[in-house]
Amino acid sequence: MSHHIIEVDRLRHVYPDGTEALRDISFSITHGESVAVIGANGAGKSTLLLHLNGHLSPSSGEIRIGHVPIDKATLPKVRRTVGMVFQDPDDQLFMPTVYEDVAFGPLNLGMSGEELERCVSGALQRVEAEHLARKAPYRLSTGEKKRVAIATVLSMTPDILVLDEPTNGLDPHARRQLITLLKEFHHSKIVTSHDLDMVLEVCERTIILNGGVVRADGPTVDIFRDDALLRECRLEKPLSMQGCPVCGGKGK
Amino acid sequence: MGSIAGALLDLKRLDQLAAGDSAVHRLDARAKVLATLVFIVSVISFGRYELSGLIPFFIFPAVLIAIGQLPAGYLAAKIILVCPFAVAVGIFNPFFDRGVLVHLGPLGISGGWISCVSIVVRTVLTVGAALILAAVTGFPAICRALERLGMPNVFVMQLLFLYRYLFVLTEEGGRASRARELRSFGRRGLNLSSYASLLGHLLLRTWQRAERIHMSMLARGYDGVMPVGHTSRFGVAEMLFLLIWSSLCILLRLNNGAQFIGTLVTGILS
Repeated sequence: MSHHIIEVDRLRHVYPDGTEALRDISFSITHGESVAVIGANGAGKSTLLLHLNGHLSPSSGEIRIGHVPIDKATLPKVRRTVGMVFQDPDDQLFMPTVYEDVAFGPLNLGMSGEELERCVSGALQRVEAEHLARKAPYRLSTGEKKRVAIATVLSMTPDILVLDEPTNGLDPHARRQLITLLKEFHHSKIVTSHDLDMVLEVCERTIILNGGVVRADGPTVDIFRDDALLRECRLEKPLSMQGCPVCGGKGK
Repeated sequence: MGSIAGALLDLKRLDQLAAGDSAVHRLDARAKVLATLVFIVSVISFGRYELSGLIPFFIFPAVLIAIGQLPAGYLAAKIILVCPFAVAVGIFNPFFDRGVLVHLGPLGISGGWISCVSIVVRTVLTVGAALILAAVTGFPAICRALERLGMPNVFVMQLLFLYRYLFVLTEEGGRASRARELRSFGRRGLNLSSYASLLGHLLLRTWQRAERIHMSMLARGYDGVMPVGHTSRFGVAEMLFLLIWSSLCILLRLNNGAQFIGTLVTGILS
């Protein structure tokens, strides 16, 4: 049995104020797959992500991680399996120093001593942030904060990474650094973003949400070739697939 | 907002100082917290007309500043910032308390003036000690020390979160206030209601952020107890530090140190 499989089965979610954010979502993601969930603002992306980690529970339908449905009993295990990187790193970095922040998860899992030390420095190493260990979060740049936020999740050795808008607010260099980093991970990945060029590079599969349902699900390149579909879902071809504005050359 | 931003920068400076590496920096935070506590209690427990007895206590901040290689000028500026409050507390004493206590030649000094000066000196000493503690220990380490000394975990968490999100909150508030200013065209003070809604929004946003932080804590296995990381030891150096300072403070409290030195010096001279 593998922990790396996520199955979302006819998921529906209605917020207490009556808004039906997710109407009927079904898909499954297998081991090592890198999947982008894209869609217009308000399409239900964030609501979906909050379900994957058990922060919201479905109004109806079910989510299974490694064939085990998420419920109260399995929640602690699910949260260890699914590592969630939030959109605003200030929400994720709440401890006085970077080191303590990365150690927060492992400490909760009962690690200590040398094992903890190894785990934290290993996670920081993977995001090239070892030199930041003793710094306070408010003294980091946004790019550094994003990388450290990923380290706080990596230190818990999750099988599945869920990233909400990972390249949001980064300068081109920091964005490039992050994309390189994401490509190196062999976890199953679920990424939401409006940065479709990043999606094109990082994810081989894309799911489009529109009005609380899955509008399309397939290979990223195929989906981005479908102009009519993209327009309908308030999306646009990634810039790298559009024509060159200077020479008028056609894109891919 | 400028002044608040400035004050925050100063907090960050204090934090940077705490990252130093001197003999006092390396001590376990508990020793420093306890020694500072003994110092403060000794200073404030003096009678209100006491002045000369307080003077020897300046040795504590002086020695720590020297060993910790702290910028004395910066700390002095911080202390002076607090002094107006102390003066405001003590300034009425000279008017109510006119009994002459000390004669300096033809000049009679009333008890009111002495108690007023005593209040200011005490403020300088206690505020100075607290600032130095923060500068050689760092706020998070002080919180951890208080926890290990028995303060409930809930308060420790409150303090740590306060410290972490103070910067985020003031930045958010600063942005909102700047946005308001840019569109109010110099009409200050008139639109109090806009400030009210600004504050309301800030509160709501803080609330939402708190929810998101809680989510990210839960996602990393938080179960109601803040985990404690690697901890330093309360060893011989800490014991010595605490013993020397607290016995000196208590000694200076029970015997007037200034008088003692005075008699010693005159004894040698005569």
